[in-house]
Amino acid sequence: MRNVILRVKERFVSISVIFVTAIFLTVFLLVEDELSFTVLMLVGGGLFYFVKRRDCFKEVIVFARQSRYGFLICIFLALLTVLIILRNEHFALFMIASVALYSTVCFGLTIQLGYAGLTNFAGAAFFGVGGYAIAVLSSENFPDILSVLTGGFMAALVGSVLILPILRTRGHYAALVTIAFALLFKTFLELNDTLGGPQGLKISSMNMFGWDFGKSFFGGSFYLNYVLFSLLVMVSIFTLTRLLEKSWIGLHWDALRIDEISSASFGINISSWKILAFTLGNFFIGLSGALYAKMLGHIAPTNFTFGDSLILISIVILGGIGNPWGVIPAAFLIIVLPEKLQFIQEYRLLLFALLVILVLLYRPDGLFKKALRSFYRGWGKV
Amino acid sequence: MLLGSLDQYLINGLVLGVIYAMVAVGFTLFFGVLNVIKFSHGDVLMAGAFAALIAYISLQNFVSISIWMMVVITTTFAFAAMALFGAIVARFLVLPLRGAPPLNTLLITLMLGLAVREAVRLFYPNGSNPKPFPKLLPDTDIFIFGLEIRHDSLIIIFGGLAAICFLHLLIKKTRLGLSIQAVAQDSETARLMGINFQKIVLGTFALGSGLAALAGVLNGLYYNEINFSMGLLLGVVGFSSAVVGGLGSILGAIIGGFLFALLQTIGAIWFEVPAYKDVFAFVVIIAVMAWRPTGLLAETKSDRV
Repeated sequence: MRNVILRVKERFVSISVIFVTAIFLTVFLLVEDELSFTVLMLVGGGLFYFVKRRDCFKEVIVFARQSRYGFLICIFLALLTVLIILRNEHFALFMIASVALYSTVCFGLTIQLGYAGLTNFAGAAFFGVGGYAIAVLSSENFPDILSVLTGGFMAALVGSVLILPILRTRGHYAALVTIAFALLFKTFLELNDTLGGPQGLKISSMNMFGWDFGKSFFGGSFYLNYVLFSLLVMVSIFTLTRLLEKSWIGLHWDALRIDEISSASFGINISSWKILAFTLGNFFIGLSGALYAKMLGHIAPTNFTFGDSLILISIVILGGIGNPWGVIPAAFLIIVLPEKLQFIQEYRLLLFALLVILVLLYRPDGLFKKALRSFYRGWGKV
Repeated sequence: MLLGSLDQYLINGLVLGVIYAMVAVGFTLFFGVLNVIKFSHGDVLMAGAFAALIAYISLQNFVSISIWMMVVITTTFAFAAMALFGAIVARFLVLPLRGAPPLNTLLITLMLGLAVREAVRLFYPNGSNPKPFPKLLPDTDIFIFGLEIRHDSLIIIFGGLAAICFLHLLIKKTRLGLSIQAVAQDSETARLMGINFQKIVLGTFALGSGLAALAGVLNGLYYNEINFSMGLLLGVVGFSSAVVGGLGSILGAIIGGFLFALLQTIGAIWFEVPAYKDVFAFVVIIAVMAWRPTGLLAETKSDRV
């Protein structure tokens, strides 16, 4: 016990930074009117400047590097606090679950774009494949946990149609293949009457192993169920992505992304590694698409336009391509900020576009640059 | 299928083909000089059409001139405005990102397209609704080889083709065109030969964007209606045409544009629901990419190790 107290004292600054951030985000999610939003932004800006000035962020990173479990427990406790405070706020909880699911989608895109270097401009289309798969299955009384998985498998299966053109094309030509697919998919959905046409389909709420997602969770909002489950999915897929990145599979992907010809001459089978990355990425995207559709309770082609695919790609680029850690704050920024800017309703898309342009001009590596691969602890330090 | 409507399909396909080819030529030009894709191209087209509309409305209120004069003035205004816009975009958004990964340029121009689209929707009076575009061209019918053609379609087809031919001559025969070709072939050597790189790049972007504005005006004249979101699909179609033809080749872009219009026409005739024409066209495009990975007129360059 004394030991723990000592350690907490040692890390006091980092721990308080984490908790202050959590509280700030909670208030951010709750704020609705213009005035308090502006005040909150000013306060946030001041806090950020103060923390940055004292190099406290660096200390947090050091904390994360040196005692991983302590850091994770800290994050977990901060998250728990946030959820307890927000337990009755439907919209805030919905936002949290959306951020978790969009982050999961972007882990899939990170594997494709960041690791294997495959451009995928049809993210929203695969997201939609998962959603439509679960919509069709839940009207057939299929067990929900299996249909979420099926959503992922369907996305991977539909993606396999594109494997041949993607393997044969490079660069802008490959971008065209996925852009064409994204447009084709949305038009197809709008015209297809069995899938509900432009109106879309209704979906029953999630229910697995007797855990009914439609009921309130220990007196809180029913969205709490979805938040917990989505966070669980996000954490597992994040762990999987990081493990893949660190393993020799990630090493193969790095090699073929950086130089295809030399990695081929070193005996790496380029096609099979690309197929693995593409299929696995689509599986993750479809999986989260299925969960997202379940949470919305309704699905329509307007959710899966080319513009939505662009939003997904923007998240990956803002987070720093190939850096799954950066994806989560980037997803938060891109999903929640437009909702919070409701009071400038009309102008929010314009503002959003200008924001991304500015980031690309002044931070071309995204907000959080991907760190170099470290083969052992202390790699790079002589 | 009635024969009478078949030649309607033919004329419609030709008009669309000319417009697509004009957009595709822009993509190919930009790719040629800088190896970038400027995705705001479709929205520049839309903005060009709106610029022409603004010019028309303000002219109509103040002076009375003949309708042909009006066509010339509005088109020139749209061309000039978008050429200037294209050069500004190249200077402040595309050139600074030269060292960054190509995906960043693609994304920044996509976002610029979104910004242009939103700006027109918000700042043009009542911009979220479709706007009627003035009928400036005569719509009487004439008969050529037994085909019934409206005058305006004919003018649009030949106007578009003339613009493309003019551009082709400009690039093949003039000094400016020679410099553009040189930069496209090898920008460093071109600089060593005393070519002002930045000036040529800005010029090319101005030229391509002006051509897009022209395509927007023709599109408006054909459908007599424009709206703020029409650029998105036209941009993607133009990009597909340029890529299918082979990026960097003007002939390829023209072939690609007409091919896409042909595919849409076939799709519209073939399927009972005509809206499936886009699905059909994009499926064929994906198949063509799998068959010829660098477009129909393939790039001859091979990778250097």
